[in-house]
Formats: sequence, C-alpha cells, structure tokens
Amino acid sequence: MTALLEARPAVDEERPTRDRVKRPSLPRRVADALLTAVGKVAAIAVLLAVWETAPRLGLVDATFLPPFSTVVDAWWRLATSGQLLDNTGASLARSLSGFGLAVAVAVPLGLLIGWYKPVATLLGPLLEVFRNTAALALLPVFVLLLGIGETSKIAIVFYACTWPILLNTISAVRGVDPTLLRLAKSVDLSGFRLFQKVILPASVPTVFTGIRLAGAVSILVLVAAEMVGAKAGLGYLINASQFNFAIPQMYAGIITISAIGVVFNQVLVALERRFTSWRVPVGS
Amino acid sequence: MSAHIVFRDVTKRFVVRDRASRRRTEFTAVRGVDLDVERGEFLVLVGPSGCGKSTLLDLLGGLTEPSEGQVLLDGAPITGPGLDRGVVFQQYALLPWRTAQGNVEFGLEAAGVPRRERPDKARGFLDLVGLSGFEDRHPHQLSGGMRQRVAIARSLAYDPTVLLMDEPFAALDAQTRESLQDELLRIWRRTGKTVVFITHSIDEAVYLGQRVAVLTSRPGRVKEVVPIGLGDRTEQADLRSSPEFARYRHRIWELLHDEVSRAQQQEKEVAAV
Repeated sequence: MTALLEARPAVDEERPTRDRVKRPSLPRRVADALLTAVGKVAAIAVLLAVWETAPRLGLVDATFLPPFSTVVDAWWRLATSGQLLDNTGASLARSLSGFGLAVAVAVPLGLLIGWYKPVATLLGPLLEVFRNTAALALLPVFVLLLGIGETSKIAIVFYACTWPILLNTISAVRGVDPTLLRLAKSVDLSGFRLFQKVILPASVPTVFTGIRLAGAVSILVLVAAEMVGAKAGLGYLINASQFNFAIPQMYAGIITISAIGVVFNQVLVALERRFTSWRVPVGS
Repeated sequence: MSAHIVFRDVTKRFVVRDRASRRRTEFTAVRGVDLDVERGEFLVLVGPSGCGKSTLLDLLGGLTEPSEGQVLLDGAPITGPGLDRGVVFQQYALLPWRTAQGNVEFGLEAAGVPRRERPDKARGFLDLVGLSGFEDRHPHQLSGGMRQRVAIARSLAYDPTVLLMDEPFAALDAQTRESLQDELLRIWRRTGKTVVFITHSIDEAVYLGQRVAVLTSRPGRVKEVVPIGLGDRTEQADLRSSPEFARYRHRIWELLHDEVSRAQQQEKEVAAV
C-alpha cells in the first residue's frame, strides 16, 4: 500500500520549454512590433511611390497610368457620389451568395464523398472532369441557360467556389490520422459519433484551407463575369470606365477589388485561426 | 475456473497482394498460439519485429478476428471491440483539438458517463497519472511522456478490466520511459487491472512483467513463458543492476536471440525476391 502514497513524479522536468522563454520587456516589444509593421508596409509604400512618380516624371504615359493621387481623387469622387457603394454592394451580394451556397453544399457533399468509398468511386471521374474545366470557360453556357441576370452570375461563382472546398473536404476526411480511427474503433464508437467526435473536428483545418481558396476564387470569377454582361458591380465599373476612357475611375475600381480581396482573405484567415487554434504552431 | 484471457490455438492469416506479380498470397502472422492470462496479471509479450505481437493485441482488442482458434475473455469469445478492454497506442492517439482534460473526457463519453460527472472524473484520472495542473494543455503543448500519461488516463477512464498496451513507451527517451514504467506499475497495483503489454525491449519486459511470453519469429508462436520472480520493483533502488535482473534478462535474451536472427533472415529473403 505504500505505493499509493508515493509522491507524484516530477512532471516539472517535462514542462514544455514555451514557459521558460521569458517575454521581453514592454518597450522592447513595442519597438519590435513597430519594426515588423514598417517592414510589412515598406513594399507597398515603394509600389505606391513608383506609381505616383513614374507618370509625373514621364516614364510612362500618364493617360494610361495616371499618378496614384489622381486615382485616389477619382476613388473619392466615386465614393461620395454613391456609385462605388452601389457597385460594391452588387458585387458583394453576388459573390457572397455564390460563396455561401458553395460552402453549404460542398462541405457536406465532400464529407460524404470522403467517407463513403462507393460514392467516391461513382463521382470520382465526374469530379476529375469538372475540376479541370476552367469555370470561366463555362460562363457562356451559364449565360445561355440562366440568362444574363443575377442567377447566372451567382451560379458561376457557386460553381467555381465548389471545387476547392469539395476537393479539400474530401482529402481532409481521407487524411484523418489512422491511429485516431483505430482509437475510435477500439472504444466502439458508433458511426455517427465517430463522425461527430473524430472525423469532423480532425477535418476542420483542411476544409478551411479550401474555404479560403474559394474566397479568393469567388471574387476573381465574379469580376470576370461582370465584365461580360452586367449593369452593376465592380467588374462592370472597371470595364465601363475603360470604354468611356475614364482611366482614373478604372484604377479606382481595381484597387477597390484588391482591397476587398485582402479584407475577405483576412477575415477567413482569422476565422481559420479561431477554429484551429489547437494545431501545432507552424515552425515549432 | 478458467483464466481471464485465453488464447486457444489461435491462427491469424492475412491475404496480401504482391505488388510486383499482383498475385494474392496468404501471410500467416501468428500460428497456433496458446496463452492464458490470469485476472489482475501483468503479462508482457516480447518477440522479434514482425512476429505478430500487434496482431495478438488486435485480436484481444476485437479489432480483428482469428482465422482459426478462439480468443476468450472470461470464457466468452471476443466478437468485437468493447469498453472492457482499453487500448494504449504507441503513437498516443490523442485528439489534438482537445485539451488533456477533453481527451480523458472522450473516454468517459464513450462509456456513456453523464455530462455533469465528466469534468470531476477526468480531473481524478489526470491526477492518478500525475498530471494535475495540466488539464487545459493541448497535446502539442505536452511532452511525449505527458501525452502518453494522458492516453493512459483516457483508457482508465472507461474502467476496462484489461489494459492492452502496444509498445506505449517505445517513442520516449530513456529517463521518461523509466519514470513511466514505475508509474504504470503503481497504477497497475492501485487499480488491479489486467495488463497485456507489448515491447521489443528485454529490459522493459523483465522490469514490468510478472510473466514474459517470448514469441518466435513469423509466424509467431509462444516459444516460452518465463515467470519473473522479482517481487515489488519499486522497493529496490536500482533493480536493473541486480544479479537476478541480469539473470532474467539473459534468459530472455537467449530465447529471443535465435528468433531475431531468423526474423532478420526472413526479411532479407523478402527483400531479395
């Protein structure tokens, strides 16, 4: 019985090194953060500076590449007139509906295909054909079948977003650590609980990678679709400005799109972090 | 009264497809295994690599079925996995998205313990394996030894009568391994579980086992079961250096030696084909 009263082992020896690393002092941390921020902004600042000076110095034709300040000015006028908001709203509505639909359909479908071998065998070749067909090549087909209205635009975004999510979800389910499956089997988990407690949480990181890719795709494809046949949207704004030779407005549309792309991606990255905080930090 | 676990003339064959010739060939992992394990016993299985140690454990765990013969638990044939047997894997098999506490609760969930009772019980089991204060750590924040402690706590959580351990300490460094061996003996004495423990380390086998079953090279059979009369391991300070320990160690080494060279010969033949 003496064994029962034995002292606990010295687990402290096994304490992860993370705790041992002392946090640097506050001024030091602030300085570090500032330095990192400067480093991150530097490249963009250089790009903008070149954009501003090159047309002014006559290195490029200012008609086709107006200085950045002119573009900002045009952007501000578009923004205050409400035009920018309308077009952005139209684009975001399409892009988010298509993207949302794709998430709602492709994640469950991917889980199903990934888990049930027969479904995978049946749908595999079909998936292979479709994912290798560029979405934009199908745009005329969508327009023919669904008209040039909202439906065809949302449909093409939905279609293009589906593939990255679907394929990543399938590989997420296939890639679940086999020892975890053995564990689940050894405790005799039922099919549903196995899915809920092991497969689903284990798949989250890879599924999110697909969702993030789809986020980028949704904007990319939408803009192209709006250039073909639309009466509103940022793609339309860019295209129409070019036709009317309103070059600064065209660039204003372009920077709006890249800003939306960056913000959307950041939101998805933040969500991904939130859901996968348990993952081993990269590089450790 | 019959033994707690009985292997009766157990043979397990697998069908494997040869990659080069695409022919299906039969592969016998274990053949004619007879082995009894008493209730509350600590039995260690040692054998050369590829001798079917893990197959025996899978059969016990109900993860696979014997081709011939029977595996009995308390007189009834094993038909599938069940919570009366807890498996501890070499690779820990912790759910990386759950904390240490969450992983132990996973065992409780599997056993159908009501939600309200789980946190307290889980903390109790973590305390048993010496991990109080680490409840909220995720597996990646724990060392290998601590991860395996969590895995052991999880298996204990659903209160199996048998613990099946498949080289659980093989991936750990020497010091951590020794402290976990002592810890396991302490838990075993405290809980009275039957333990079937696989290892390829002779030292570990002699240190832990009440009896050590030495398996032959493929197809695996029980070559000899060696009772180890070392008494309480933790009573003696440096048991591993004692002459009795060395004698048992040498005895098992002798039994294994021929089998290991035969297993290596087999591997060479397979590689040459």
